Amino acid sequence: MPDGFRGQLLSGWGRAGATRADVQTPPDADAIVDLLSEADGRGIVARGLGRSYGDAAQCAGGTVVDTVRLAGAGAVDASGEVEVAAGTSLDTLVRHSVPDGWFLPVTPGTRQVTVGGAIASDVHGKNHHVDGGFCRHVTAMTIATPTGLRRVSHAQDGELFWATAGGMGLTGVVTSARLRMLEVDTDRMLVDTDRFVDLDGVMSAMEGGDDRYRYSVAWVDCSGPVRAKASRARGRPGVGRAVLTRGDHARAEDLPSRLRSAPSPPGRPRLGVPRCVPRGILNRASIAAFNEAWYRRAPAHREAEVQPMWRFFHPLDGVADWNRLYGRAGFLQYQFAVPPSSGDVVTAVVRELSARRIPSFLAVLKRFGPSSPGPLSFPIPGWTLALDVPLGAEGLAACLDRLDEMVAESNGRVYLAKDSRLRPDVLAVMYPRLAELSSVRRRVDPGGVVRSDLSRRLGLD
Amino acid sequence: MLDAFGQPQSAVVLGGTSDLAGAVVRALAQRRLRTLVLAGRDEERLRSAASSAVAAGAERVSTVRFDAQDVSDAARAVDECFDVAGPVDLLLLAVGVLSHRQDELDSSATAEVVTATYSWPAVALTRAASRMSEQGYGRIVVLSSLVAVRVPRHNFVYGSAKAGLDAFSIGLGDALSGTGVIVQVVRLGRAPTKMTEGLPGAPLSTTPEAVADAVVAGLESRAQVVWVPPAARWVALARLVPQSLWRRIPG
Repeated sequence: MPDGFRGQLLSGWGRAGATRADVQTPPDADAIVDLLSEADGRGIVARGLGRSYGDAAQCAGGTVVDTVRLAGAGAVDASGEVEVAAGTSLDTLVRHSVPDGWFLPVTPGTRQVTVGGAIASDVHGKNHHVDGGFCRHVTAMTIATPTGLRRVSHAQDGELFWATAGGMGLTGVVTSARLRMLEVDTDRMLVDTDRFVDLDGVMSAMEGGDDRYRYSVAWVDCSGPVRAKASRARGRPGVGRAVLTRGDHARAEDLPSRLRSAPSPPGRPRLGVPRCVPRGILNRASIAAFNEAWYRRAPAHREAEVQPMWRFFHPLDGVADWNRLYGRAGFLQYQFAVPPSSGDVVTAVVRELSARRIPSFLAVLKRFGPSSPGPLSFPIPGWTLALDVPLGAEGLAACLDRLDEMVAESNGRVYLAKDSRLRPDVLAVMYPRLAELSSVRRRVDPGGVVRSDLSRRLGLD
Repeated sequence: MLDAFGQPQSAVVLGGTSDLAGAVVRALAQRRLRTLVLAGRDEERLRSAASSAVAAGAERVSTVRFDAQDVSDAARAVDECFDVAGPVDLLLLAVGVLSHRQDELDSSATAEVVTATYSWPAVALTRAASRMSEQGYGRIVVLSSLVAVRVPRHNFVYGSAKAGLDAFSIGLGDALSGTGVIVQVVRLGRAPTKMTEGLPGAPLSTTPEAVADAVVAGLESRAQVVWVPPAARWVALARLVPQSLWRRIPG
């Protein structure tokens, strides 16, 4: 690097579009307030474990506050609440709380996110249709802003609380949060599995039966044409075969006595991916083969299977740095949500991707329950679909632009924690309450210094 | 900001009045481009290029004048472009005159070609690199030419200047590693444009639209070198031809 430039290159989990920022690792909340009040127009934003796929936790030419030193959790009190420093990962938190029988009230597909990041994205899990998003279980939090440290809750400055919930870090830096945990008896799950030949089947099963389960998610195969041919030969519809898994925490009495031990923390990742992966390991053929094998492995119908909790919630945490599999080009994740009446948009998206032969790993389909009051919080009641796509697929950019329009027209939205390419004018249609976020930001950050590459790209500043 | 596909929302085009530049701007405006600064010499042509850019979908278009013969002004011109545009996602360098067969040893013509094709661009790129390094990100795309790969006898003044700029750009890209700024060199076959009117058609020729598509695809791939047309990459083999034979090849 030429002299006079410091900092380091940061990119999202999708590994596209690295930008350089001055990374600071302040020891405590006061030091963060100092950094925020000294920041200028080049901007400043928080970063946790870098698991958002796009450019939410980077700030080109400005300052990035790495919250790694804000670590640690108190004891879970009798009511199940725990105060956690925002740089603590969910992994660390559950290792600390699970032996006493306290699990995360909401967990995304990985434990490798910080509490601050989970709040900034208002992450959701397989239980959203029952329990809502992460921030619904946050009873209070401390936010460092350029105008000082603020303690907020639903009742106390609820406006700032909810603007921060899913606010992509644009209101300041969350330094600590009080979280209401979920009591569990064991570290096992009782899981029902069902296999469906097409999307319509799995969607009606979810509409009809999800309410009986705390957790529900379906994996959908979007890699169409290859298999569509085989399926047609057997007289079956081709697009979007799926495996639906639903379940709940097992109580001790549900289990044979040998499995009735106290809950134990997760194991460490046993596999890793080397830094340099040759181009094209994940291509149409390998992805289709993987999807095929995965579908055939699933039983057509199985009830009350006992599964380890960690494998049920975080299957990918067993492989460290799996994002490197996509090689230097990187990848992106497209996740959108549409209202309950717009299930046809989900079908149309899967159809479009398979017709365009865009290689995609299993997509994750789930039903959302009520949304949170946050103006930028992603979940809305209805359906959500998330899929990983390698960058470099032909026609991908234009295809996703068309999908955005379909989603926006049905009053849906895409998830900003996954986004790295949305058009700013479409954002305003998807999130009609942007003005509320702006007014809170003007109040706590009158200089407009809290900003990120994402906020600049989407015209949120 | 650039998106995951490397597509810019704001761009500066040095040499913004050429056909090639116009085609690239149109392609970028179809994607994410909204803020554009066109820089060039001729005010009239700048105005017309600016209105085409607006018609193509760019919202904020401004123009900056410079003279590629005035090397001492290059840094100023680049600064003005950056100051007008705000953060610049993409800088496209499309400056350079194509000298028609320069058989005579005309020292003033040599000075002109070398200045506009190498010296001015090199200074401008240096300044742009430094502004983008401050930003912490950015793309620089330099339009180069197949003649830069192996300099043809009949066009050696221009060819050598392009070869210099091509090498300069590759070196600049390496020097900028770690800054967030990426330099890409686009090596073009012959494009039928204003500059090449009257010259006979050649193998490996291309069109402004093909160049524009290649630039857009190149931004996505982040490749250090982009060949247009793709088959042009085999021209690299021309380096293996002995000089005694090369000088006999009719240009």
